Amino acid sequence: MDIFLQQLANGLTIGSMFALVALGYTMVYGVMRLINFAHGDMVAASAFVGLTIYTQVMGQAATLIAVITIFLLSAACMACVGIILERVAYRPLREAPRLSAVVSALGASLVIQNGIMLIWGPRMRIFPELIPQVYWDFGGVVISLIQVIILALSLVLMVALYLFVEKTRIGAAIRASSIDQDAARLMGINVNSIIALIFIIGSSLGAVGGLFIGLYYRGITFNMGWQYGLYAFIAAILGGIGNIPGAMLGGMLLGLFKAFIEGYVSSTWADAFTFILLILILIVRPTGILGERVAEKV
Amino acid sequence: MSDLLFEIKDLEVSYGSIAAIKGISLEVHKGEIVTILGANGAGKTTTMRTISQLLKAKAGSIQFKGQELTQVPAHKIVKLGISHSPEGRRVFGVLTVEENLMLGAYSQSKLDREVLDWVYQLFPRLKERRKQLAGTLSGGEQQMLAIGRALMSKPEMLLLDEPSLGIAPILVKAIFKQIKAIAKSGVTVLLVEQNAKAALKLADRGYVLDVGTIALSGTSAELLASEKIQEAYLGKKH
Repeated sequence: MDIFLQQLANGLTIGSMFALVALGYTMVYGVMRLINFAHGDMVAASAFVGLTIYTQVMGQAATLIAVITIFLLSAACMACVGIILERVAYRPLREAPRLSAVVSALGASLVIQNGIMLIWGPRMRIFPELIPQVYWDFGGVVISLIQVIILALSLVLMVALYLFVEKTRIGAAIRASSIDQDAARLMGINVNSIIALIFIIGSSLGAVGGLFIGLYYRGITFNMGWQYGLYAFIAAILGGIGNIPGAMLGGMLLGLFKAFIEGYVSSTWADAFTFILLILILIVRPTGILGERVAEKV
Repeated sequence: MSDLLFEIKDLEVSYGSIAAIKGISLEVHKGEIVTILGANGAGKTTTMRTISQLLKAKAGSIQFKGQELTQVPAHKIVKLGISHSPEGRRVFGVLTVEENLMLGAYSQSKLDREVLDWVYQLFPRLKERRKQLAGTLSGGEQQMLAIGRALMSKPEMLLLDEPSLGIAPILVKAIFKQIKAIAKSGVTVLLVEQNAKAALKLADRGYVLDVGTIALSGTSAELLASEKIQEAYLGKKH
């Protein structure tokens, strides 16, 4: 039972990180039908940006205000990178065949990954201890303050995003653009602005995810975006790519799945089982758990 | 005739190297219902999409109230007073009827309840089904929704692209009746149709498109009487 509860807590923590990152994949896919392969590397870049802001701007202070500033500045930085990425790598290919955009996405991924290596070097860096190491022991189940913060903040962000997309006028414009771009233009929706907004939101959430990865795992490397990006991508597919609640659900489920495999089977095999899971989803239910929302009838 | 509202001059549109519209000119006056007839592939929908700037013209001009539209981005057209109910309806299937109508009013700074009530009055079926997903409506109801959605922006000119396409005849009749009512309320209508007879009954004037050029034009009465039209579109023998 202890293992179960412990892995439940761990699973929810990593699951919320996967979910935050998965939202970036799924939102971009929803509107552009494009897998933004550079998203994972943006997540990695965010951890390094956060590290630099901590050492250079905040003077290594870890007060509450400093931590909040690091999160906000990193998210703002990555939002800018996201806008540039869309402008440079994707917008010129909007009308091009799908494959060209995919190749461009892979290229952008390599550029960002190598950019991180050029700026911060190829060796593992240690992410600062922004949040004090506080642990609570509930009869053998240990939960850290970091875990609580990651889970709570992720939930807040996801609920906020959900409400924004479902309840606001701009949210309706996002949904309309993801259903039918031409029809959305006829309504007066500036689809280019909506796409830019999607990149801003997706990159900011990914940035928070990147900082969480730094806080939780501590060691950050220039190429870690590939690994976490892949997990998040699987989470997005698990929930149903293009579907925002699906990415949240998929992230959580994948986090739990990985944690339970690590707890009950073997941590070295966790990746293998994750990919087996991906293959099974693609065979049994390629549209994911919630599926892309498709209208019945013509 | 009353004052000129909308004018196309020597419009050319191509898909890559294939010319779809080869220099057409037409005009619409305020308060008129004008129809563009033609067979499949004649360029009717291409013309409509070019007016809305979803397609860009290769040459020629499109003017609405004296303003050139060809350089205006597509999403700004509705704000100028032209609203487009596209071919195939293109309603947002996974959104509710009401959400679709709200998006129709997206270009408005705030929602005008009167317009919404008017749309519900024109098409009571939409009111009954306002909480239903648009994708679950019948074809005819979706067409009503597409027209209603287009009206939500309070247009001066309404572009209707094949409102009768794939719809039960009884609903076609109901929809055409309401198009007449819409025109009566002061909205100028440019109607694209394959159903020439129904369209000419409704319209003041018409143009016949044939592979990208205007083959014939005139008042509805003239066109209905024209032998060429009768042979080609109304299926009458002499």
